[in-house]
Amino acid sequence: MIGVLALQGGFREHMEVLAMLELEACEVRTREELMRPELIGLIIPGGESTVMLKFIDEFGLRSAICARAQHPEFTMYGTCAGLILLAKEVPNLKGEPLGLLDVTVERNAYGRQLDSFITDFGSFIRAPKITRVGENVEVIMEHEGLPVLVRSGNIWGSTFHPELVGNVEIHRKIF
Amino acid sequence: MFNEAGKNLAQMLKGGVIMDVTNAEQAAIAEKAGACAVMALERVPSDIRAQGGVARMSAPEMIKSIQAVATIPVMAKVRIGHTMEAKILEALNVDFIDESEVLTPADPFSHVDKKSFTIPFVCGATNLGEALRRISEGASMIRTKGEAGTGNVIEAVRHIKTMKKEIEELKSMNDEQLANAAKEMRVDVELVKQVRDLGRLPVVNFAAGGVATPADAALCMELGCDGVFVGSGIFKSSDPAKVAHAVVQAVIHYKDAKKLAEISEGLGEAMPGLEISTLDVRMQQRGW
Repeated sequence: MIGVLALQGGFREHMEVLAMLELEACEVRTREELMRPELIGLIIPGGESTVMLKFIDEFGLRSAICARAQHPEFTMYGTCAGLILLAKEVPNLKGEPLGLLDVTVERNAYGRQLDSFITDFGSFIRAPKITRVGENVEVIMEHEGLPVLVRSGNIWGSTFHPELVGNVEIHRKIF
Repeated sequence: MFNEAGKNLAQMLKGGVIMDVTNAEQAAIAEKAGACAVMALERVPSDIRAQGGVARMSAPEMIKSIQAVATIPVMAKVRIGHTMEAKILEALNVDFIDESEVLTPADPFSHVDKKSFTIPFVCGATNLGEALRRISEGASMIRTKGEAGTGNVIEAVRHIKTMKKEIEELKSMNDEQLANAAKEMRVDVELVKQVRDLGRLPVVNFAAGGVATPADAALCMELGCDGVFVGSGIFKSSDPAKVAHAVVQAVIHYKDAKKLAEISEGLGEAMPGLEISTLDVRMQQRGW
């Protein structure tokens, strides 16, 4: 079963993509839900990274997410704000990201909403940019010369939202 | 027909709380408390109601001062039908425009033609027809038109339940009945069919107006809203940072009564409330 972190943001859309792929999924809001033994993966959706980060810490989820990430067979995928949370460095974020993916990510790097755009593979909404890719991080997809989908072992992140344009291929590849 | 990027931004706001703020300091408090966006406006609705006069778009310098401190989306309000206020807000690069009944309407005939804008719009609606007219005009997000500034949630609940009932009724209609319903609501039948098939609006739908406590916010979520706007409820309470934080938590944990009980404790005085029948101005009646 794949958990979708449901603190805030676009978690329903990820649940819908997983359902289309006939993968079992559940919403995750608490430490107990996160530690369920049947969970084999976690999606951190898009939304507001400030909100999600605040409640990851207040609800005591940080250590649980990090513990889960240590197991190579447990897959994690963050989209947009989710990628920001997984990153090692986010210069313009108040608070410490989870640091599970060795990349530097700049929030709202394309600009405000007027600069949001949609491609056939995903939607870039007030999207971040990956400005540094660590040694052990593989760039899986680029768009206009910038990395937009990266992975480091079991941890994946994208700056775009495949789930908002009905693209199930990224989830199929990851899970 | 839709502003897809705008619809997508609204999807990212789901499960969150959008808070009214009147200056940069309040914006910082809201963001820190866990707001997913802020609404920049000159006066909160309860002050607009008390002071009267014409309520207009906020001054650009005030919006800029909020944009300078907020890292979350910044929304701002225009008067119903005031295309030029909307153009100004688009030029200021706000993230979302609320064409709002809380401000004094500017056009007695029409709403802003939102399709001609790149910036997305959220609009209020008391029922399905109103929501679908706004969506036809290009709105990327809908919210209820609960009586703003009253701290009284009954009207927001009325709008949520009315819309749900009307959507439910579409499901049992044949093609002819659907065509009639579309005609009555003054919208395209294809849009009505889309709503019937989805069983909900094709855009994100928030509660707004009269939400004053964590329990109010949880009630709106329980009734099926995607998220909540809180206006006067935060900064007219005795401890805004605490109330803001509590309302955000209530939206996340609306299904968990035990958590709601903890969240609701020690919040101090809620904003003063008003009985709807005593109001001189019903803001929800503004809009066509």
